[in-house]
Amino acid sequence: MLDTFFNIAIMRAAWPILLAGLGNTLLLSATVVPLGLLGGLVLALLARSRSRWVRWPLMAWVDFFRAFPPLVLLIFLYAGLPFAGIELGGFGCVAIAFFLNTGAYYGEILRAGIDSVPTGQSEAARSTGLTRGQTMAFVVLPQAVRNVLPDLMSNTLEVVKLTALGSVVAMPELLFQARQAQSLTYNPTPIVAAAIIYFALLWPLVRLLSRLENRALRTG
Amino acid sequence: MIVEAPLIVEARGIHKHFGALHVLKGVDLLVAERELVFVIGPSGSGKSTLLRCLNRLEEPSAGSVMVDGIDMLDRRTDINRARQRIGMVFQSFNLYPHMTALGNVTLALRKVAQKPRDEAEALGLAALDRVGLRDRAGHTPGQLSGGQAQRVAIARAIALEPRVMLFDEPTSSLDPELVGSVLAVMRELRESGMTMVVVSHEMGFARAAADRVVFMDDGLIVEQGPPAAIFAAPQQARTQAFISQIQRH
Amino acid sequence: MTGWERFLDTFFNARVMAKYWPDILYGMVVTVELAVLVVISGIAAGLALALLRALGIRVFNWLLIFVVDVLRALPPLVIIVLIYFGLPSVDIVPSGFVSTWLALALVLMAFSEEIFWAGITAVPRGQWEAARSTGLSFIQTLLGVVMPQALRLTIPPLTSRTIAITKGTALGSVVAVSEILGQASSAVSNSYNPSPLMLGAAAYLVLFIPVVVAGRWVETRFAWKR
Repeated sequence: MLDTFFNIAIMRAAWPILLAGLGNTLLLSATVVPLGLLGGLVLALLARSRSRWVRWPLMAWVDFFRAFPPLVLLIFLYAGLPFAGIELGGFGCVAIAFFLNTGAYYGEILRAGIDSVPTGQSEAARSTGLTRGQTMAFVVLPQAVRNVLPDLMSNTLEVVKLTALGSVVAMPELLFQARQAQSLTYNPTPIVAAAIIYFALLWPLVRLLSRLENRALRTG
Repeated sequence: MIVEAPLIVEARGIHKHFGALHVLKGVDLLVAERELVFVIGPSGSGKSTLLRCLNRLEEPSAGSVMVDGIDMLDRRTDINRARQRIGMVFQSFNLYPHMTALGNVTLALRKVAQKPRDEAEALGLAALDRVGLRDRAGHTPGQLSGGQAQRVAIARAIALEPRVMLFDEPTSSLDPELVGSVLAVMRELRESGMTMVVVSHEMGFARAAADRVVFMDDGLIVEQGPPAAIFAAPQQARTQAFISQIQRH
Repeated sequence: MTGWERFLDTFFNARVMAKYWPDILYGMVVTVELAVLVVISGIAAGLALALLRALGIRVFNWLLIFVVDVLRALPPLVIIVLIYFGLPSVDIVPSGFVSTWLALALVLMAFSEEIFWAGITAVPRGQWEAARSTGLSFIQTLLGVVMPQALRLTIPPLTSRTIAITKGTALGSVVAVSEILGQASSAVSNSYNPSPLMLGAAAYLVLFIPVVVAGRWVETRFAWKR
């Protein structure tokens, strides 16, 4: 049993490959999270528009990408677009697919956060002469972000987990590398090792989140 | 003792620690049948904790509690059956928000007293009638005013026909104009001969209805006696300070 | 052919679509089966664990929290791969369908346990005290007074989490489950034309847009209000 799932020799041999994969997982996360946050912020700000010609297409956009499984989006970019002569490469496909998916989620979260700030806050800010932009940046957004911090963090956790889908399009991130090593050694140890790495990487965030969520419900 | 009647509540030598905090420092509280005991004192003096030790919502760190001849602290006591005989009314009502007024009143009748549904509902409606809210039976707590909610909470307790009623600041979270309706129900209960232990700041009610006033401070009973004596001529300095502070307001 | 015609011929090729739509339809049936199984078993198991956690058995709860944390920290695809490629090494050979079902149900169990537990702890202490003061037992209070209130609180987060995990059925294509994406992908490689992918995409939208819209409604309907 130990020899099958925790084979030390294989673990040692697979270590450098897994480490390279971890590097790519982190790089991918570090690309997608800021892009997604930025995209989400744009969506959340546009959602406040008074014109329904802005709000309706926006809502459709967000619902579209929330309804679409990210893997389907990824396969579409990876296997579909080359037929139109567009080759984005593994990293490009993964980054764009997850940006579209996660931007929609971040957008929904930030919109809820902005809605949660009482209108009296912006009225007070505007009454002291702050512009709309300044009011948003200095008064509303900081409170909005604090109000939905658990949701933002939870979505970030999901983004990092999402990067494992990169393995499906041969992007050499952690899971892909582990499966390579597994098929070379005919032993599941590398996958177990990858699981342990994911867990070690994300456990602190999971713990923190479960505390924050408990508190949010209790005072909510 | 002021009233010569059999004792129904006998709490002796009650201590309660919350971590390093010593909240009750050896309190004796004896209550006779049909007596109304009124407990006053500054906030943090331990009055609410004492009350909650009587039905073991708080576990006393030391001491003994007998209610209606039942040892409340004995492990062999069926605490849930024993609590049927001790009604409690809370400052924040604690009505179940997902049930109607009648649902609130009948839940324990059905689950603890094991009454069939129609009998429980008849008893529940009678209890609501007694607090003047029979016509609100189908309302949810969100649709009731604070005073109505607290009267439903009283009905929930008296429907189980308790031998003793505990009131933990029953009017403290009510708007002033709603206090009267709750006090009227409490007065009616008293006249029907219910034994009551009341923690409250309603000094007017204490003067008019209490048999005995107990003044607590810093985890101890400092002084007790008939309301007239305690309010007009308190013996202890701490009691005098508290009474004069209250009467100034 | 103009560029537009070529585009249509490539991505919306009527001949290819006509040939492969029954495959996609079959994929939809598999996706729905998988989703229903995952939702029912995952939420039932999560609810059961949350109720057990309320009993306050310390060692059991530590173990429970650890398992839940593991399932929340691992990417679902990693769990699927572990089950599908790992278990055969000890002579248990689950099919791709079973692997995907098991993995997603475990993940939903973990998330829903956390949500139910947060709901239970969110019910004010006074509710417990009032119920216990009338003589209701711990279990009677938990099931009759606390859970009905907790469930209401948990509906919005549970809905969005369930939708997110249900979309994970597409991961089954990695372990040869013939759900929508799997069917569409193999049709693409057989026909060397991306039109089946468009059909697959449409199938997902048909299934999930109503769910997302309904979820949006549920979230506003049951927002934190007392």
